[in-house]
Amino acid sequence: MTTSMPAQIAEDGGVMTFPSGVALALDSGGAIERLEIAYRTYGVLDEARSNAILICHALTLDQFVAGRNPVTGKPGWWGTLVGPGRPIDPARHFIICSNVVGGCMGSTGPSSPQSSGAPLGLAFPVITIADMVRAQAMLVEAMGIERLFAVVGGSMGGMQVLQWAADYPERVFAAVCIAAAARHSAQNIAFHEVGRQAVMADPDWRGGDYAAQGVRPEKGLAVARMAAHITYLSEAALQRKFGRELQRDGLSWGFDADFQVESYLRYQGASFVDRFDANSYLYITRAMDYFDLAAAHGGVLADAFRRARDVRFCIFSFTSDWLYPTPESREIVRALNAAGARVSFLEIQTDKGHDAFLLDEPVLRDALAGFMDSAAHARGIA
Amino acid sequence: MTAVREDFREIIRLVRPGSRVLDVGCGEGALLELLAREKGVDGRGIEISPQGVSACLARGLAVVQGDADRDLDDFLPGAFDYVILSQTLQAVLKPRHVLDELLRIGGQAIVTLPNFGHWRVRLDLLFHGRMPVTGALPEPWWSTPNIHLCTLRDFTELCEDLNLTIDTCAALASGRPARPANPASPLETWRAEASLFLLSRKR
Repeated sequence: MTTSMPAQIAEDGGVMTFPSGVALALDSGGAIERLEIAYRTYGVLDEARSNAILICHALTLDQFVAGRNPVTGKPGWWGTLVGPGRPIDPARHFIICSNVVGGCMGSTGPSSPQSSGAPLGLAFPVITIADMVRAQAMLVEAMGIERLFAVVGGSMGGMQVLQWAADYPERVFAAVCIAAAARHSAQNIAFHEVGRQAVMADPDWRGGDYAAQGVRPEKGLAVARMAAHITYLSEAALQRKFGRELQRDGLSWGFDADFQVESYLRYQGASFVDRFDANSYLYITRAMDYFDLAAAHGGVLADAFRRARDVRFCIFSFTSDWLYPTPESREIVRALNAAGARVSFLEIQTDKGHDAFLLDEPVLRDALAGFMDSAAHARGIA
Repeated sequence: MTAVREDFREIIRLVRPGSRVLDVGCGEGALLELLAREKGVDGRGIEISPQGVSACLARGLAVVQGDADRDLDDFLPGAFDYVILSQTLQAVLKPRHVLDELLRIGGQAIVTLPNFGHWRVRLDLLFHGRMPVTGALPEPWWSTPNIHLCTLRDFTELCEDLNLTIDTCAALASGRPARPANPASPLETWRAEASLFLLSRKR
């Protein structure tokens, strides 16, 4: 065995601004002119431009999927699956991740300025998952990549993966959809509505105009995050982590954070408002609620995948994920089978809930590695 | 190179090159891989264990985690040329429904199953009065996954009942090459330890 220094991983990124005339057409009927997409790439595009992997991020994540996040100084959010020696490896793949349209990490969104210079706020149009994907397709095309080796994502990222396969099947060789669904359930819409109401009930939201007025609806956004965070975990995980453990000796006989789980949630809420924009939260949750892939195909999900027969699909779910439970993934698998697509599916045993897709799950990592390696072989890039 | 199982050998022999195959209960994908390599089939699998599915993914096979009782319904009629169910029919909850499903989604079905009418089984029951434990049925009654055992005669009757034709029948014995067998022969109902059937729907 010889040890060697890890090769320097090429890392690049910035904001791609599309010229006026190349507008992003929106499902709502409008369009976004001079679209800006903030993105990050890792690794090197091979000469045949055949090793590009697009990673689609979840609701509150960003383009900093690997390496070190230059904004927070923390490691990228998917270091368990993306990085040297991981299933998605910048030594072999050209990895692209872009901030979704509507986001707050550099892509056009509600905090982008209007002509007066003030943030758009609610003047920003309502966007959809398909709009996000259309913007990604523009970015990938501008990079000169005709066909992605793979599109990979979890949660809302998984929704984008499905949308990619439905809208641009000829541009995708392999599609990996983790802990997602082909449509948002009533329960998921309900939780999002609680979050949005919390934001909008904060007097500092100011009808979405908070930035111009020099305030931020931090309390409302924190509550939204607290409620959402519960849905990312599981009863078993919460019990294991916190049980009924107290913060201090004895009860306060008041409304301080007596229980550790309360303190944990408060921390999650407070730290979230430092990194996320309240209006972006409204817009992106709305996009997820509007997501119903079958709707555009006469209500028949299989029809969404009719053109995607040549795409190699891999679908993953987690046993304790109650936000996107396994039956939702099975629904996707059933539709893909009915469409005659090439699909693999694995449900992973874990008590960590929806969050498992971001955590170190060896079964997920190994299965994904197997899938990616065999797909690379089939694509001729192994 | 490990030796190829004799039942696999026989299945590989029966399958037309380049056909579409679904292997129900495909384990770690050994048969699907052989079929792809030797017959160029377009193979899919269903497997219940996560370890099996993971192993199949690493082999580049398209495999869905699921089971025969529940997940065959997802496939379109005639989606495959062959559907393979190896040593599994006796372990499913609804064998009749599963067998019917195999020939809804496949043009032909390849089914292997143990013969509970094998002479050793009959003698075991006759002389010891106990549920037999044999090479084809290695588990005691309280832990066996084989909840719907049948004899060769029972199975041919079910095929008749479901309007299925037995296109090919072979007797299987562990470690020995498959041997062509006549499922209607009374001798065979004693002799075959396990059998392989190639089935199609009567037209």
